[in-house]
Amino acid sequence: MSSIETKNIDVKDIKYQKYLAKDFKSPNPIRWCPGCGDYAILTCLQKALAELNVEPCNTAVVSGIGCSSRLPYYMNTYGFHSIHGRANAIATGVKVANPKLSVWVATGDGDSLAIGGNHFIHTIRRNVDLNILLFNNKIYGLTKGQYSPTSARGFVSKSSPYGTVEEPFRPAELTFGARGTFFGRALDVDMKNQVDTLVEAAKHKGTSVVEILQNCVIFNDGIHDKITDRTWKADNTLLLKHGEKMIFGKENDKGIVLDGWNLKAVTVGEDGYTMDDVLVHDCTTLDNTLHLKLALMDTADGLPVALGVIRSIEAPTYESDYEKQIADVQEKMPKKSFTDFLLSQPNIWEVK
Amino acid sequence: MSRNRVVTDIKQVTVRFSGDSGDGMQLSGTLFSTLSAIFGNEISTFPDFPAEIRAPQGSLHGVSGFQVRIGAKDVYNSGDKTDVLIAMNPSALKVNAQHLKNGSIVIYDVDSFKKRDLVKANINSDDPFTELNLNNIQQIAVPITSLTKASLEESGLENKDILRSKNMFALGLVCWLFNRPMEIADKLLEQKFARRPKLIEANIKALTDGYNYGENLQLTATTYKIDVVESGKGFYMDVNGNTATAYGLIAAAEKAGIQLFLGSYPITPATEILQELTNRKDFGVKALQMEDEIAGITSAIGASFAGCLAATSTSGPGLSLKSEALGLAVMAELPLVVIDVQRSGPSTGMPTKSEQTDLNQALYGRNGESPLVVIAATTPIDCFESAYEASKLALEHMTPVILLTDGYIANGSSAWKIPDMNDYPPIIPPYVQHNFKGEIEEWKPFLRDDNTLVRYWGIPGTADYMHRIGGLEKDRYTGVISSNPENHQYMVDTRKQKIENIANFIPEQNVLGDEDADTLIVGWGGTYGHLLETMLHLHDSGKKVALAQFKHISPLPKNTHELLKRYKKVIVAEQNSGQFAAYLNGKFQDLSNIRPFNRIEGQPFKVSELVEEFSKIMEEQ
Repeated sequence: MSSIETKNIDVKDIKYQKYLAKDFKSPNPIRWCPGCGDYAILTCLQKALAELNVEPCNTAVVSGIGCSSRLPYYMNTYGFHSIHGRANAIATGVKVANPKLSVWVATGDGDSLAIGGNHFIHTIRRNVDLNILLFNNKIYGLTKGQYSPTSARGFVSKSSPYGTVEEPFRPAELTFGARGTFFGRALDVDMKNQVDTLVEAAKHKGTSVVEILQNCVIFNDGIHDKITDRTWKADNTLLLKHGEKMIFGKENDKGIVLDGWNLKAVTVGEDGYTMDDVLVHDCTTLDNTLHLKLALMDTADGLPVALGVIRSIEAPTYESDYEKQIADVQEKMPKKSFTDFLLSQPNIWEVK
Repeated sequence: MSRNRVVTDIKQVTVRFSGDSGDGMQLSGTLFSTLSAIFGNEISTFPDFPAEIRAPQGSLHGVSGFQVRIGAKDVYNSGDKTDVLIAMNPSALKVNAQHLKNGSIVIYDVDSFKKRDLVKANINSDDPFTELNLNNIQQIAVPITSLTKASLEESGLENKDILRSKNMFALGLVCWLFNRPMEIADKLLEQKFARRPKLIEANIKALTDGYNYGENLQLTATTYKIDVVESGKGFYMDVNGNTATAYGLIAAAEKAGIQLFLGSYPITPATEILQELTNRKDFGVKALQMEDEIAGITSAIGASFAGCLAATSTSGPGLSLKSEALGLAVMAELPLVVIDVQRSGPSTGMPTKSEQTDLNQALYGRNGESPLVVIAATTPIDCFESAYEASKLALEHMTPVILLTDGYIANGSSAWKIPDMNDYPPIIPPYVQHNFKGEIEEWKPFLRDDNTLVRYWGIPGTADYMHRIGGLEKDRYTGVISSNPENHQYMVDTRKQKIENIANFIPEQNVLGDEDADTLIVGWGGTYGHLLETMLHLHDSGKKVALAQFKHISPLPKNTHELLKRYKKVIVAEQNSGQFAAYLNGKFQDLSNIRPFNRIEGQPFKVSELVEEFSKIMEEQ
């Protein structure tokens, strides 16, 4: 023993180990189509994890079935590529089993909104601390081009040759209907905002849904062009930032104002609107009315599509409340061996 | 105690409490069983209730029964026919009429045998006993309803609560009939209503008044005395199969030093396992009621991936929903215990009635070549042993295990000697960091132990063993997804061989009965009690006969083939259309001695019927 007094420092407490995106890359060959939006999402996730400084061995990526769901194979973390629609339920089991893990779900509009719709809404309702990356390309890619639950009414595809006769789900609406505590949106090609949104999603305690508007180059190329194409992007999207004015447009002169119960896009300085009229984004209000309005903004209504963190509120998470219940019970009833537990039951009797 | 009554010594007696589904017959029956067990009798119970929670009062389909057989020893099942019936209304009498033994006692509530009550039971005359051809029956007519009202007049309880205590008055009568000590009953009631002191008082009063009524009025010339059992020293408790199953999982998790996780969804008759485990937070059990059956199993698969002893509990229709996920657990080679408390099917079938019709589903109900372990519990108490063993096999062999119980043993109970867990074998999962011999960098998720073919378990949170698994076929060496034909053949064969190797880790099949028998009765799972008694009856009548009750179904015990070949006739008795018989015939195609015997009525086997039918089969040339 040294006579010099040293303070015991647990090496784990020192944040010296800064991970790089490459630390999260697995050596497995990537099998997505050239030009697929998924490449950008994979890179963004790796960057976000590096920025979050979580250890690869404490990260689990769970997926269902579909193009999006191949993602875990390309991550140098623990990964589970499961069955169609069930990723959210499997991830719930992973997180509840070990709340210390950073758990991510890679899923698509078919996986989570069609076959896995039930698990999607119930996971959100429970507020399990998962980060759900919802790849929305409005098409079934891996089965080669059928319409999905987010395809617009009338959408022509291999399984809807005369156009669909059904309304699409809007992921934000479904998330809020299930009382979601976090909803963000990003474009596959917009790496900066996507990484920022993923980082915020990870920091949020509870189920974080990030809708990533992703382009399928083969079966639905250009579906998000109205908002991703540089020509229109600035005018057709609004990057929301908590505490900041809802300003957008090439010239940064457009803003969102309240018009009765509705939102309206205006040009500051025109029609009597001033900067004071432009709304300030607050992603933390418990009431989700305005968040829903923002999330449903659509270019078809003359409104920009909202990106970034639209909603992020504090709420108890399922797994932490579960742990707390166990701790509370164990405080009152100290843990016994199984045999001692049986022997302490009131309905036992002894044969002498 | 008694003045001048005749006390008849008997070996065994079967009692059935029967009334409306809201009459509290399950409680009367449970209390009577428990106090008999505490008194020192062997017991076997059979709660037989409808799926409806509260069917129309007095109706035939609303009759709920609780049957218990008690005896000095050799109580192997809950009995075929009843010696004593408590009938709270005419429907209860009518439904049970065919199960009454000649000369049996019927205690009935005359207050509920009025004209309009008889009409509800479709009884046209004023004399239900004659109309139902119950000629040689000792009738004990007791105005149970009015006596209970009088008994609790000053209790301060509301009228509906007073009427609810009818079951206690009836229980008092039965306690008197069987010379049961009232102190035990009082103590049980104090436990039962610990949080409602007013009800303890009232129930004990109704019970005591029922007992005294019998005692004072000398209702019958006969009461029964049943000797106590010479059971081994130790502590005992009364336990049903579902609770024993939950306990088996807890005990296994403790032995393995591992977190227990249950993902489940309520379904009759398996729900109690979920309920028991949600209540075991003192053990740190994580038991989740999920949104559906699929989420029940998939959350468990997620928890297994994350390093838990993971289980899901269900019944037949739920197992159907879990099929795809079970295939994932087979492919990902993760430990998982799936408990199927079988009930009558297909579809919703008869949810509260018992059958053995899920065997094929358990063995084959998945896409692809998808082998796994199937074991079946034989008695309520064996549910504990089986759940422990299922957990051990799942964890040590990295495989899903289906544990088949059934509604009969899940709800039925018997006295259980509290086990000393030191007597149970250790459970040692194949954690990668303790078992893989090579360099860390060389490890891939589907490298296996040479002998068992079990892959190693790398759990998220363990440094340096990050890996990816999933439902896609993997390369045997690299663990990377592969559709190489030769590799697929190899992996299919290996997954099969891995399960077959488990035959080296289970006991050989034992045989009870005559060593020189030329007829073997074969059963599996929850029919054990009935088949054992049948075998003993046949033996007592001078026939040479033996019994092999299978518990290990996939893989079968190593001596199965050799064993079956020894007999001239093998009667395979099951509560399905011959699923195990076909399985045996398929495995051992040289056998020509298998005679299937099948009953699918949603009711337990009847020993008297088995004795008769098996005798016929044995006499056939």
